[in-house]
Amino acid sequence: MVLIDRIGQWFDRRLQLAAPIREAAEHPVPRNTASWFYVFGSAALTVFMLQLVTGILLALIYVPSASEAWNSLQALNHDVTLGWFIRALHGWGSNFMVAIVLIHMVQVFLFGAYKFPRELTWIIGVFLLLMTLGMAFSGQVLRFDQDAYWGLGIGASIASRVPIVGPIIVKLMLGGPIIAGATLSRFFALHVFVIPGMLIGFVCLHLLMVLKLGINEWPMPGRLVKRATYTSEYHELTKRNGAPFVPYAVWKDLFFAAFILIAVAACALYFGPFGPTGRPDPTIIQTVPKPDYFFLWLYGLLSYLPPAMETPALLIGPVVVIAFLVLLPFLSGEGEKSWRRRPIAVMTVLLVAIVLGTLTHLAGYTPWSPHMNAWSGDPVPDKSLHGSTALQRQGALVFQAKQCRNCHSLGENGGQRGPALDSVAVRLTQDQLIRQVIQGGGNMPAYGKNLSPAETTALVAFLETLHPAGQAPARDASRDVVLSDAQEKHPGTQP
Amino acid sequence: MSNENLVSRRGFFMKMGILFNGLVAAALTVPIVGYLLSSLTRGRANGYLSWVPVGSVSEFPEGETRLATFRNPYVTPTDGKTVDTACWVRRVAGEEFQVFAVNCAHLGCPVRWFPQSGLFMCPCHGGAYYRDGSRASGPPERGLFEYPYKVKDGVVTIQAGELPTPGSPTAYLLGKKPPCAGGNDLVSIQGSLRASSETNPSLGKKKSWS
Repeated sequence: MVLIDRIGQWFDRRLQLAAPIREAAEHPVPRNTASWFYVFGSAALTVFMLQLVTGILLALIYVPSASEAWNSLQALNHDVTLGWFIRALHGWGSNFMVAIVLIHMVQVFLFGAYKFPRELTWIIGVFLLLMTLGMAFSGQVLRFDQDAYWGLGIGASIASRVPIVGPIIVKLMLGGPIIAGATLSRFFALHVFVIPGMLIGFVCLHLLMVLKLGINEWPMPGRLVKRATYTSEYHELTKRNGAPFVPYAVWKDLFFAAFILIAVAACALYFGPFGPTGRPDPTIIQTVPKPDYFFLWLYGLLSYLPPAMETPALLIGPVVVIAFLVLLPFLSGEGEKSWRRRPIAVMTVLLVAIVLGTLTHLAGYTPWSPHMNAWSGDPVPDKSLHGSTALQRQGALVFQAKQCRNCHSLGENGGQRGPALDSVAVRLTQDQLIRQVIQGGGNMPAYGKNLSPAETTALVAFLETLHPAGQAPARDASRDVVLSDAQEKHPGTQP
Repeated sequence: MSNENLVSRRGFFMKMGILFNGLVAAALTVPIVGYLLSSLTRGRANGYLSWVPVGSVSEFPEGETRLATFRNPYVTPTDGKTVDTACWVRRVAGEEFQVFAVNCAHLGCPVRWFPQSGLFMCPCHGGAYYRDGSRASGPPERGLFEYPYKVKDGVVTIQAGELPTPGSPTAYLLGKKPPCAGGNDLVSIQGSLRASSETNPSLGKKKSWS
């Protein structure tokens, strides 16, 4: 023991770090901040450390070359001992990191921690969020598979829409005219050097400011922040009702950090690594690219925006959101901190969460995408085959063979791009069906050029059978009148 | 007096030192920026575009649309399979062709051709195009990107080399304007106009972003 003490003293005489570290660790924090609500920042830091370590471990094997990356990922998954587990830890760590950073941000927002004097801490936090998302996207690119390849194409398509400089941005982003070797190399540089370097720097600043300015006190409804008096009030609070951070508050951080690490490891063990999916070979077009979990909401948004809104929304939306987040502490730097007296703040968080959650949920089953194999794979419902005429059966064949099923479902099977057709005969008369099939419209292509009159007749005969048992198909009343009129006149005209 | 001189002398040298470093930094900035922008400057002379073959005319039956592949004209040693590119070749009649990029004009996902219904469908956000590449439905604002083509000695060649994206100048070139002065190219434009108006006059217009 004496020896260890003496070695410690030898180092500290030269480093002189023990005193400042002890001071930082034991700095007084308001007692009520030793709360389970205050553990997300340290949890994000913990996962970031995990990402650094597992990232370095992966870099021991991974080859950042468009021709070799996919093979090296296969080697990691199948040949290298526990390579799959390290990949899984890194992949799940990334999901957890984005989630925890977002939760941390919501907590900080609802607790008013961005107000005076912690404005800059918040702004740096906004940049940390953007860098975390940048890491998530560039990480998906490094998993150089079909999703990564086409994901890059989507990124390039979005970037190309920037007025005037769009094409320049695309070439700089791809490192050349197409998605190829240079693209992967530069995303590797971003993911491994540039963004992590900035992240480490900004995390240090973020932490330094938390230490210098003190952790945000638990917000009390009615206790307003005023620039003139806040600092002295905070010092008074920590003096009157404070406790040293270590060990008073730190144990909750430690427990939660360990819990999060266990959760990441459990997900990694149980679910395994992400991909890689198919080879990044652009000649294989039988692929349905999908972004990683945290960009699914964007995938959904891009499907639902009206075409004319898309470019403005894509280019102006992020600028507005980031500007709002950065300006937030200047817009409401003083006043009420407690969420109990900030209904608009709470509603905003709820609204954003519901929108993102809904879009993510929708992107899970992509009702906007045609089912590319429904026409050849999904069975015609039994009831459409029993007791149907030859013409109607022929129509059912046309319905499958012309890929109608790719966008329209029958009996829960098939695409959801267009409306389900189980009761279409109730909604549309025969004439309306013919018109819709031939001319399209309402986001449906026109099939006039691709259906012969016989096929159209058969198809419409089939569609007219699609109505629930107790409901009669729609009829054009005037047509009945015309027909009966004709029948009445018909015998009379005959000599 | 000597003290004051000494301080100002040191101050002078410090300023000179900062200036010197500034000059060196500025001088180094030129090659660094040049290196960073190399992907722009390399393609500036005549662009990345050049003519590449996609197959002989006989490989493409009249009236049908087939998937063809070509090797991107600009290749670096680590590109692997990524320089092999797919395109949809439609032989309208005789030597009249349409060559479409597989990339959806919405966000670049690979579209698939369904000969039975005569539609290209995109698996991502559900864009659909008619056989002549014009927009049928979904989020795309325009028809498929079309490569300029030439038929020479029975071989179909296309002008390619850049990823077609909605905002790129080549997308404008590929989708609307006559790409180069030349008989075949003119035929291809006329052909596409005729085909689009015969499929659906209202949707046949091709819009461009730029």
